[in-house]
Amino acid sequence: MKLAIWSYEGPPHIGAIRVAAAMEGVHYLIHAPQGDSYADLLLTMIERRRTRPPVTYSSFQSRDLGRDMAALFQRTLRETVDRFRPRLLLVGASCTAELLGDDPGGLARALDLPVPVIALDLPANARKENWGAAETFYQIVRTLADRTLSPPPRNGRRPLCNLLGPTSLGFRHRDDVIEVSRLLEAMGIDVALTAPMGASPEDIKTIGRADFNVVLYPEIAAPAAAWLERTFHQPRIDTVPLGYGATRDFIARVAEVAGVVAPDAMIAGWSNLPWWSRSVDSTYLTGKRVVIFGDTTHAMAAARVATDELGLTVAGLGTYSRECQAVLKAAAQDLGAEALVTDDYLEVEDWIGRLRPELVLGTQMERHIAKRLGIASAVISAPVHVEDFPARYSPQMGFEGANVLFDSWTHPLMRGLEEHLLTMFRDDFEFNDASGPSHLPHAIPFSGTAAGPSSATPSTPAPVWAAEAERELGKIPFFVRGKARRNTEQFANDRGIAVITLGTLYDAKSHFAR
Amino acid sequence: MTVIPVMNEDCASPVADAFRRDVRQERGPRQMFCGLAGLIWLHRKMTDAFFLVVGSRTCAHFLQSAGGVMIFAEPRFATLLLEERDLAGLTDVDDGLDDAVARILKRRPDVRQIYLVGSCPSEVIKLDLSRAARRLTSTYHPRVTVRHYAASGLDTVFTRGEDACLAAIARDLPDAAPGARASLIVLGALPDIVEDQFRRLFDALGIGPVSFLPGKRQGSLPGVGRATRLLLAQPFLAETTRILEARGALRLPAPYPIGVEGTSLWLKAAADAWAVDAGRFDAVTAPGRERGIRALEGHAALLRQRRIFLFPDSELEIPLARFLSRELGMTVIEAGTPYLHRTLMDAELSLLPDGIPLTEGQDVDRQLDRCRAARPDLVLCGLGLANPLEAVGLTTKWSIELIFSPIHGYEQAGDLAQLFSRPMTRMTALDFGR
Repeated sequence: MKLAIWSYEGPPHIGAIRVAAAMEGVHYLIHAPQGDSYADLLLTMIERRRTRPPVTYSSFQSRDLGRDMAALFQRTLRETVDRFRPRLLLVGASCTAELLGDDPGGLARALDLPVPVIALDLPANARKENWGAAETFYQIVRTLADRTLSPPPRNGRRPLCNLLGPTSLGFRHRDDVIEVSRLLEAMGIDVALTAPMGASPEDIKTIGRADFNVVLYPEIAAPAAAWLERTFHQPRIDTVPLGYGATRDFIARVAEVAGVVAPDAMIAGWSNLPWWSRSVDSTYLTGKRVVIFGDTTHAMAAARVATDELGLTVAGLGTYSRECQAVLKAAAQDLGAEALVTDDYLEVEDWIGRLRPELVLGTQMERHIAKRLGIASAVISAPVHVEDFPARYSPQMGFEGANVLFDSWTHPLMRGLEEHLLTMFRDDFEFNDASGPSHLPHAIPFSGTAAGPSSATPSTPAPVWAAEAERELGKIPFFVRGKARRNTEQFANDRGIAVITLGTLYDAKSHFAR
Repeated sequence: MTVIPVMNEDCASPVADAFRRDVRQERGPRQMFCGLAGLIWLHRKMTDAFFLVVGSRTCAHFLQSAGGVMIFAEPRFATLLLEERDLAGLTDVDDGLDDAVARILKRRPDVRQIYLVGSCPSEVIKLDLSRAARRLTSTYHPRVTVRHYAASGLDTVFTRGEDACLAAIARDLPDAAPGARASLIVLGALPDIVEDQFRRLFDALGIGPVSFLPGKRQGSLPGVGRATRLLLAQPFLAETTRILEARGALRLPAPYPIGVEGTSLWLKAAADAWAVDAGRFDAVTAPGRERGIRALEGHAALLRQRRIFLFPDSELEIPLARFLSRELGMTVIEAGTPYLHRTLMDAELSLLPDGIPLTEGQDVDRQLDRCRAARPDLVLCGLGLANPLEAVGLTTKWSIELIFSPIHGYEQAGDLAQLFSRPMTRMTALDFGR
C-alpha cells in the first residue's frame, strides 16, 4: 500500500485514452464501473476539446456483478460500433474490471465485429499512464503497419520522416509538433506522418514509407520506434530538441541521418536565448539554485538548459519515471546535484524543502510545493493543468521553444535591478518588502507563515531570536529573508545554540557563503 | 405590508400524482462521477476531517482531476493505493493503514476525524474497513475518531458519497436522553453562510435546539431519539435518513430549500412541527421571501419561456426543475436524475408541473441525441459534456457548480438563478464580428 496525496501519473488506461483521443477514426471501449468516465473531463475541460472523447465506458454497477457482465459488455460493444463506426476499436479493462477477471478482448473477438479490434492488456495496478500510452501506441503500430512497404527510392526526392509520440493531454505537444515540423521543413525534410496525434488507422498503415523516425517523446514512442527500427530498418532520432543546444544537436543528427545539409543560418541558431542569457540584465541568474523535477525527458533537458544556457546551479534533479532512472542519476552526479527518483509527492516536498532552491522547475505539483514554501517556480513537464494549454503558441521544443523556456523560467524570479533597488530603498513607502516583485501581483512574501521555520523541519524546535538579531533579519530583503532565517536556525540547531544573537546571524552567513 | 404567499399560486399548471408520474428508465453508458466526489466538498465543510480513500490509481487520479482543479489549499484527502501484492492478499492491509494514518496525523496534527473511504477495488476484494476503523479509533481515542464508509462507483453516484459519509456519522450519534424535548437535525452539507442564515430563521421562529449534520468539527454530535425531527436540506440522503428513522427520528416531509417557494415550504414543515403560529411564521419569513422574489425578477425576465434540458448528475435535478419552471417560468424539456427516491422526492413531485419528462438512470449517447434534437436554450450537464455541447452551439451550465456554490435559502435564490442566467447573458455579450 502506498500513500498518495497527489499522483504524477494516472492509471495505464488513461495513457490509452490519450492515444485514442489524439487519433482519428479510433474508438476505445473500457470495461469499467460508472464513475470512471470522469476521464472525459480531462480532455473537454483541461484541453478544451470540442468533441466528446472517442471513449465509451460499460458503466457496470453492483447489481450487474451477479448477473451477466459479459452480456452487458457485448451489448455496449455492439452499440458502440453501430453508433460511432470506428475504423479501429480498442477494448480494455479498468482496474475494477481487471480485478473481476472479465476478458474484454475475448468477448470482443467472440462477436466477430466488422472492424479491427485491439485488446489492450494494461495491468492497472502494476503500471501507469505513460506506460499505458506507450504500450497502446506500440500495439496500434504493430497491428496496423503494412509490412510490405518501404521508402520509395531517393532519386532526388526530399527525405521523409515520421514524428512519433505526441498525444492528447501532453505537455505542449500541440505546439512542439508545429515547431519541429517547421525545423524539418527548413531542412528540406517532409513529415510523412505525425502519430498518434492526428493520425488515422489508414495513416498508420503507411508508417513504413518514411526514411526515418523522430522520437519526440520517448516515454510514449520509444517502444514503437524500436519495433519500427527492427521491422522496417528505419533509423530513429532520439535527440530531443528541448533547449538551444539540444535543438542544434537535433539538427546535426537529423542532417546526418537524412543526408542533408542544414542551412548555415539555422546552424547558427534562430533563437534569442543565447543573447538574452549573455546580456548583462541576466547576470543575476548566475548561480541561482534550481531544483528540477518532471518526466525524465523534460527533467534532463531542463538540467542542461539551466546549467549551460542560463548559468543556474542545479541543486536537485529528479523524475517520477522509474523507467529511465539510471541516465538521470548519472546526469545528476555530473552536475553535483542530488538525484531523486520517486512518484511520492511527500518525498518530493521534503526534498525541495531540504534543498532550499531559489527556483523550482517541475510539474503542477511542484508548483504547489513551491507556492507553499514561497519559492518561485515554473512548470516544465506533465502532469498538466488547464494553464498548460495556453491560447498562444508556446512550444517547448526548437528555437522558439528555447525562447519560451527563457521567458517562462526567468519571469517568476526577481529581476536583477529590482533586487538591488529593493535592498537600497528598503524603507521606501511603496517600494518595499511587502510589495513583492512588481510584475507579480500576488507574490507571497517569504516572511509569511508558509515559509516560516516550522515548515521545512517540523520536528526540530526553532531557536529563539534575540530582539537585535530579529531586527537585523528584518533588514535583509524579503526574497532572501526566509532562506537567511532557515539557514541561521539550522546553523544554531546544529551547534546547540538556543538564542540567536547578532553574532550567530553573521556567523551563519559566513558559514553558508559559498 | 402585502402578504407574500408561501406557495407560488401563479403557477397554475396541473400537477400529476407523484406516485403515478411516468418516469423513463434508462440504462447504458454513463457520464457521472462516483461517490468519491463527495469528499471534495465534505473536507472543506468538515474542517478537522481527513478522508483516506483505500483504492486504486484511478481513484487518486479522479480526485486529483475533479478536485485538484478546484482546490487551491492543501487538500485533506489522499489515496492509499492498493498494489498488486495487497490485492493478492500477500500483505497485511492493517499495517499499511496504520502507517498511513500515523503519517497523516503527523503531517496534520489538527485532524480530529479520519474517514476510511471504500472504493470499487476495495469493495471487490471485500476489504473490511469497518474493523480497521474500530481498531484505529481505539488507538487514537479520544483525540481522533476513525470512521468508514464506502463510496464506490459500483454503488454510489456523485452526491451519494455524502449520504454514505453522513450515514457513518449517523450510526455514531449518541442516544438522546430519555424524555428529551423535541430537537431538529438539518441534514446535508451546507456552506457556513447558509447554515447561519437558517439558524437565525429557526431561532426567530422559536424552533430548536437545531443541529446541522455534518457540522464543522468533530465533537458536538447531536443526540438522536424519538423526539428528533429531521429536515433534509439535500435530496440525496436516503441511507442517512433510513438510519436516523430507525433510531426513532421523524422526517418532516418537505420540498428542498431551493428557491423562495422551496425555502418557505421547507421552513414551514419545521414551523408546523413546532406549532409556530401563522402570523409569526409570516412575520419571520416575509423579509427573506421579499428579498428573494426581488432578486429573482431580473433573472426571470431573461429566463422566462426559455427551454432547458437537465442531465442527471447530483440528484438536485427535480428540485431545480421545480424551481426553474415555477419561479423563473422556464420550460423543462427533460429532467434526468441518477436515482428517483419516490418517498424523499414526494413533496417535490407534487409541485412539479405535469408534462415535464423525467428520466431515471442514463444512456448518455441516447440522452445526448434527444438533447441535440430538442435544441434547448440551456443545458445543465457535467464537465465532460459541457464543451462538446457548446461546440455544437448550445449554451450550458456546469452542474458541479450547484454543489460548490451556496444555492439554498432565500438569500441565495437570486444567486442560483444567476447561475442559469449568466451563460445566457454571456452568449449575448460575446461578439467576434463576422
